[in-house]
Amino acid sequence: MKQSWSHIFAMFMRYSYLHKRSIPRAFEIAFWPVMELLVWGFVSLYIQQVAHGALSKIIVFLINAMIFWDILYRSQQAIALSFVQDVWTQNIINILVTPLRIWEWIVAAFIYGFVKILIILIILSVLALGLYNFNLIETQGLYLIPMSLNLLLFGGSVGLITSSLILRWGLAAEALIWGVPFLLQPISAVFYPLSILPPWLQVIAMGLPSTYIFEGMRTIVKEGSLSLDYLLLPFFLNIFYFIVSALIFLWMYRQAQIHGRLSKLGMD
Amino acid sequence: MSPLLPLIEIKDLCKQFPGTLALNHFNLTLQNGEIVGLLGPNGAGKTTAMHTLLGILTPTSGEVSVLGMSPFKERHVIAQNINFSSAYVQLPTNLTVMENLKTFARLYAVPNAKNKISDLLELFEISYLTKRLTGALSSGEKTRLNLCKCLLNDPQLLLLDEPTASLDPEIADTVRKILKKFNQEKNIGILYTSHNMPEIEQLCDRIVFIHQGRVLAEGTPKEVIQKFSTQNLEQVFIKIVRGEYQ
Ligand SMILES: Nc1ncnc2c1ncn2[C@@H]1O[C@H](COP(=O)(O)OP(=O)(O)OP(=O)(O)O)[C@@H](O)[C@H]1O
Ligand SMILES: [Mg+2]
Repeated sequence: MKQSWSHIFAMFMRYSYLHKRSIPRAFEIAFWPVMELLVWGFVSLYIQQVAHGALSKIIVFLINAMIFWDILYRSQQAIALSFVQDVWTQNIINILVTPLRIWEWIVAAFIYGFVKILIILIILSVLALGLYNFNLIETQGLYLIPMSLNLLLFGGSVGLITSSLILRWGLAAEALIWGVPFLLQPISAVFYPLSILPPWLQVIAMGLPSTYIFEGMRTIVKEGSLSLDYLLLPFFLNIFYFIVSALIFLWMYRQAQIHGRLSKLGMD
Repeated sequence: MSPLLPLIEIKDLCKQFPGTLALNHFNLTLQNGEIVGLLGPNGAGKTTAMHTLLGILTPTSGEVSVLGMSPFKERHVIAQNINFSSAYVQLPTNLTVMENLKTFARLYAVPNAKNKISDLLELFEISYLTKRLTGALSSGEKTRLNLCKCLLNDPQLLLLDEPTASLDPEIADTVRKILKKFNQEKNIGILYTSHNMPEIEQLCDRIVFIHQGRVLAEGTPKEVIQKFSTQNLEQVFIKIVRGEYQ
């Protein structure tokens, strides 16, 4: 157990060193989220103005949605980019021949993602409060914690799947790191209610934990409270998705061992 | 682990890649404290054999045991007691030398890591590099850093895939002396590949010559040179690869 923590700490620090020393990288943590916040913030201010108060909650919906989406997206990025980091630097073999186990790597990448997202979340909430008078904590209350954790977990699972694709196709699949989450965005009803989607797509959407969180977020804004279903259902779905994505990753790893892909990963 | 067990035992190992039989009923043993040179032309299967020992490649058939264990079932136990370095595998270029060594010291749960790291840096004469980015090192410096990484966990067995590939003759000599010293003082076994025949003659207790995935000659460098009636290993190499032997 003590060894496992040493391994997890090693990988956590290995990812964190990158931000410690390099200013652009420290900056990178918050750059895109802040830019997104600015755009969405001003867009909603504008809509609000044009609608003359008829859409008074639009700013809350959009900014909240954007921040929540970012939790999911950054979590996926943290996992996938951690993995691909060692592929890019042709270090993956060095890591794979240490006593590090795959589950330890997964834990380290999740903790790294968690810390990174916590920082982003703090920056975004402060900015949203200052610029648009939007108070995330007041709006979502204590629901914020289970909701964020659900998004974090789902993003992590998507990140694991993305990493599996890289295990299979190497850097040829690199573009998917940024692309895969956007497959989920339209279905997850991020910026609009689930009811907007055609019925068949709604069925698919209900299979994604993210949908419940975004629906729940809007319910809280409208009604001030939320049925527990909106937190528990996605949680159970999340457990399912996590197990499935970890199994896919392990399976791809075994396949890579058979086909000799591990030593060729960074080469294409 | 019993001291009588060989550090490496490979029996009848085959590895089939699409279109290539990289290892063809390959056999190898390496005893405690032995330095074995794995020789052969490009594409002979040397790296494939090493990766199989490391557990990152599964064999198509055959038996592999490292420190008496299976690299596929007990990889992490083995990994704690062996190490690997290759001129073709890098440490993260965007971390400093010290950050890299700290990371690997943690991955190997090295006790007293600080002292261990500074001793090794001194040994390889690269203490002045600690704050440098690994990507900014010369290839000779990188190689020495890789070797520091290799010795962090006091391994019983080292798998070195062309470790001196980019070293100048003087540093290559220093590196060989250090490896020999570790081998003698700590009884570390070393499996070594290199295309530098004089180096192999000087360093290895025994050589295994492999061509198209199978062993073609085996013995002390002297024995092999005699067997092929040549002056040195280089001539043996050329003879074998050109098929000019019985
Ligand atoms: N991952 C892989 N997929 C397909 N073929 C492979 C793979 N790895 C190695 N091979 C093939 O297996 C054979 C043995 O390759 P290997 O890398 O083991 O040779 P080597 O003896 O290390 O050569 P070198 O001296 O050039 O390093 C070669 O024909 C190579 O093309
Ligand atoms: Mg090779």
